[in-house]
Amino acid sequence: MSETVSGPVFAILAFACIGGAIGMLSARNTIHAALWLSEVMLAVAGLYLLLSAEYLAVVQVLIYASAMSVVVLFIIMLTLREREGPVRMADFSIGGGILAGLTGVILYMALADRGDRISAMPVEPSGTAALGELLFGRWTLPLEVAALILLVSLVAAVWWSREVDS
Amino acid sequence: MNALLSSALHASAALVLVLLNGVVLVFMLRRMIGRMHLRRGGLHAGPGGVIQTAADVLKLLSKEGTRPGGVNRWVYAIAPMAVFVPSLVAYAALPFSETLRITRLDTGLLFTFAVLSVVPLGVIAGSLASASNRALIGAMRVVARQLACSVPLLLSVLPVVMITGTLDLGDIVNYQTGLWSGAFPRWFAIPLLPSLAIFTTAALCGLDRTVFDIHGIEPGPESGLAGEYSAMRFGLLCISEFGNVFVISALAVTVFFGGWTLPFVPLDLQSSIGPVVFLIKTYTLVFLFLWTRSVLPRVRTDQLMDLGWKWLIPLSIVWIMLVGLVVKASLPGTVV
Repeated sequence: MSETVSGPVFAILAFACIGGAIGMLSARNTIHAALWLSEVMLAVAGLYLLLSAEYLAVVQVLIYASAMSVVVLFIIMLTLREREGPVRMADFSIGGGILAGLTGVILYMALADRGDRISAMPVEPSGTAALGELLFGRWTLPLEVAALILLVSLVAAVWWSREVDS
Repeated sequence: MNALLSSALHASAALVLVLLNGVVLVFMLRRMIGRMHLRRGGLHAGPGGVIQTAADVLKLLSKEGTRPGGVNRWVYAIAPMAVFVPSLVAYAALPFSETLRITRLDTGLLFTFAVLSVVPLGVIAGSLASASNRALIGAMRVVARQLACSVPLLLSVLPVVMITGTLDLGDIVNYQTGLWSGAFPRWFAIPLLPSLAIFTTAALCGLDRTVFDIHGIEPGPESGLAGEYSAMRFGLLCISEFGNVFVISALAVTVFFGGWTLPFVPLDLQSSIGPVVFLIKTYTLVFLFLWTRSVLPRVRTDQLMDLGWKWLIPLSIVWIMLVGLVVKASLPGTVV
């Protein structure tokens, strides 16, 4: 651990993240899985906050953590036929293991390749205004493309659900 | 002062404020709705019944907490906390005066909305954990309603952010000091009246919840999730509801009515009476919210969905574009 962030706080949040993720994967009940996932989201928001990325943390809570209640709603509407029903099979197959292992290896290689590790926090972390200028100045096009993709998928979802209806 | 001690003190101050606010609001709600509905009650404990609410609090604290059969123990136990803690945290960024606030956040406005948006998660978790279909239906309505209302709520304050260029609640208040042409306070409520209208409508939708339907401090069968809890767990849910009313009103005061400032009053005097002014303004708005709630009939859930998705969201988006054009035209160069 370098001295970029407070060690104990990072440890608590990191273990909350990993523990929540394990809990989510091992939960038999889809609703429990959703609740674990929301815990992971909140812990990730905490990690952002630890890195002085205040805006990112707030948006993480606003978008992801609060959207979990909608996910739970979807689980109830789409899968919950009876109260004790939402049981899913945890997939511990060989294929999943290989995929997870490969992802881990790729992530490790990508991270190990980066020579310039940040060893100290910037004295003055760039604020929300700077992020906004970057987002709507330099990265406008990717942002708009991402928004467009989301819009297309939204329209497609509406169209799809109507098709099933009729 | 030690940073840890200081933040602990701030947090406990917020906790005391939330709890006291719950007691005050229960009293206020009973008296005013009782008067409006011609069913005055709780008149015997103390002069005019002022001690009644305190007695109710004592009762809640000393009551035995029961747990219905068939519940999921862990989620059932955690859910009231998951509802209460976001309501408590939402007080963190509210500026009571120039200096009096729990913490100063660059993203205060967004922060308050973000923590409030976590509340439905606790509600739906609790209702799923309790083995009651009534609670589940209530929670699904709560989530649907929150979604339909929180999006226009967030969109309605965007014009203010576009004009001030900040999300810091203190800076938004500072922007509103002084007068327009010597006669009107520079409150955003005047030029951004449509924003205020959307905000108020959305806030009323979001706050109009079943806890307000119960007449006392006892959970009834009609109170949705709160009906599944007893004693202080019910108390936490109740206080969270009242806390959210306060937070939304305080946000409206901060964003649209100049926060702790008063027009026509010298600045040095303002700094000393700031918190009082803020509380008076906030409780006036709380009063207006409760008044609307007690006078107008309730809206059906599907009507509420229509209102949120088909009217408030499109209206607020059109209004944002209009304000954007005006801002761009009047301040060329400053807004990129």
